[in-house]
Amino acid sequence: MLKHFVSLEIKSFFRSASFGKGMVLKILMVLLALWMIVTLLATGLALYPGLKQVFPDQYPFVIVNNFVFYWFLMDLFIRFFFQKLPVMAVKPLLLLPVKRRQVVNYVLGKSALSFFNFLHLFIVVPFGFMLVRSGHDLGSVIVWGFAILLFTLIVNFLNFIIESLSSETELSYLPILVLVGGLFVLNYFNIVSISGLIASFLTVVGSNPLWSVVPLLILALLYAYNFKLLKAQLYLDHSLKTKVQQVEASTMAWTRHFGDTAPFIQMDLKLIWRNKRPRSSAFILVIGLVYGLFFYPNPDYANMPWFYAFIGIFVTGIFLINFGQFIPAWDSGYYKMLMAQNIKYEQYLRSKYVLMTASVIVLFVLSIPYVYFGWKILLAHFAAAVYNVGINTHVMLFGGSFNRKKIDLNQRAAFNYQGTGAVQWIIGFPLMFLPLAIFGLVYFVANFEIACVVLIVLGLIGIVFHEKMMGFITSKYLESKYKMIDAFSQDS
Amino acid sequence: MIQTSQLTKRYGDKTVLNIDSLNISKGQSFGLVGNNGAGKTTYFSLLLDLIQPTTGYIKNNNIRVSQSEDWKPFTSAFIDESFLIGYLTPEEYFYFIGELRGQNKADVDTFVKQFVDFFHDEILNQKKYLRDLSKGNQKKVGIVAALIGDPKVVILDEPFANLDPTTQIRLKAIVKDLAETKDVTVLISSHDLMHVTDVCERIVVLEKGEVIKDMATNTATLKELEGYFAGSATL
Repeated sequence: MLKHFVSLEIKSFFRSASFGKGMVLKILMVLLALWMIVTLLATGLALYPGLKQVFPDQYPFVIVNNFVFYWFLMDLFIRFFFQKLPVMAVKPLLLLPVKRRQVVNYVLGKSALSFFNFLHLFIVVPFGFMLVRSGHDLGSVIVWGFAILLFTLIVNFLNFIIESLSSETELSYLPILVLVGGLFVLNYFNIVSISGLIASFLTVVGSNPLWSVVPLLILALLYAYNFKLLKAQLYLDHSLKTKVQQVEASTMAWTRHFGDTAPFIQMDLKLIWRNKRPRSSAFILVIGLVYGLFFYPNPDYANMPWFYAFIGIFVTGIFLINFGQFIPAWDSGYYKMLMAQNIKYEQYLRSKYVLMTASVIVLFVLSIPYVYFGWKILLAHFAAAVYNVGINTHVMLFGGSFNRKKIDLNQRAAFNYQGTGAVQWIIGFPLMFLPLAIFGLVYFVANFEIACVVLIVLGLIGIVFHEKMMGFITSKYLESKYKMIDAFSQDS
Repeated sequence: MIQTSQLTKRYGDKTVLNIDSLNISKGQSFGLVGNNGAGKTTYFSLLLDLIQPTTGYIKNNNIRVSQSEDWKPFTSAFIDESFLIGYLTPEEYFYFIGELRGQNKADVDTFVKQFVDFFHDEILNQKKYLRDLSKGNQKKVGIVAALIGDPKVVILDEPFANLDPTTQIRLKAIVKDLAETKDVTVLISSHDLMHVTDVCERIVVLEKGEVIKDMATNTATLKELEGYFAGSATL
């Protein structure tokens, strides 16, 4: 049975319609993984001598054990965003003589082999090696490593529980934030010293391996709970039973002011509000708005005015970036219909432009309170907003004409790479870094005010040539119409 | 109304459609039948300019569909569920299509009211998104939406599939009415020989992308079609 499952899985990987197309992204991910491995290996090797040097009067082993709790908290947090629930196309299997138990065990077992679970080994093994070299008992180091492995698996299965909780209840990030934040607070204020508990456990377990029964037990419980969750999903009615949402209909009469683009704008607003993925990217707006707070109160950055424009581009353009990068893929589900309907391409694109421009203006207005940190920031934000309206909107629309990736609107947003292709990465550069480069350059050559003026002028030029550019962009979309229709009708 | 000339569509070496000439006159109800892979949907996709022909062209009211978009105002279609916008309610979807076709809300409301029977109380005022409707009900919405705004050419791919018997009968009445009294050119593809002979004045059989039979419907047509398909089954 296992053999069949594995072969199915390999086929689904190599035969998927998007295989090969997403290669750039895959290579990037592999590079990222390699980079992490190298960093972790180096850390693992340097940890023992490093700690010895910095804290000569403490035993590095104990320091590390004290830190393990935070490592796992971080691990859990990162996993929530990067590691997906294990999936398998189970529907065709349900009628075949395969035990449900086997399917669930296989899926869960597979998740235990995830890359994330091996990451910590790259620290633990070299560190253990150094421990043994400095005279620690080999046997107890092995037991210690085993205990860490158990903790990792606990985090692994805990993550899936949190994920399924948040995906079913539409709470998006809330559960993970509450859990990680809660644990941290409990520990920080010493209400329950979890880090201490873990540390003393890890210190003791080496000499008394029986203690490892405790994490084993926790692991077994979590596994059982995951098993229960997944098994409940293995019935057809889970996918057939449509969670019928009650509709909050609204006429959005106010969009009438946008003239012939009004129906599209209404649709885009509904798109954003009624679908999981675009809705979550709307929540990112909040993060974008407060992005400046990470920098401006910090005197290190406050003295770097050339950086203001970059933050300005980001703060006023967060929606533009988030929404714009997937034009027209947001509409990929019904793209065929749009193309067969009585629609002028130019009108469709203009509605997107209007929406993005409106968002920049609204976000700029909302970011006015940043003036608290100095009028220069307001000026830089204004310049960035004008640049966003004049240049970046067009860049986004232009980039969209290369978009060939379908998006399933009902999937969650955070770190969902569906629909992401090389285009998004390439477009990112002119979008974010070009204005930064221009602004920085002019700032160093002349001064801050002139740098702002340059951005504003560039933006104004873009606004003046809006019609021209739209004409060009429309022709690009027309050129790639058939390719887009074809790509959007394929399931990734 | 619709002229097809030297039309071929090839994917690699494989020719999926090869129609030398096929003209459909105004107000005709036209049926396209053929087994899976015969090229019915390909032909409709070419007609809607969703794919590009390898050679040849289709003219819709003397407009070459791949060169100008001017055929769009008087042509409408429902090919499959990808023509629906899942996150809208049926009403919102109708309004949206109406808006694209120059109809205001009131127009759409009056228009949709004619189809109350057809909808069988399962579409309007349900407070449901299209994605939550059943396949059959989605189809009803798509078909009715394709009729909004007095189109002169209506293209329906497999309209009878997935519909319940009552709705199939009602749909037949609607299609007949369109062609007979409103002078609309209706193009339908179907696997259901009985329905298609009931509804269409003219039936074309496609096989492996080529026109095998082209006949005006009469009392003998159904027998002839059944004979043809039974014959190809024994091959």
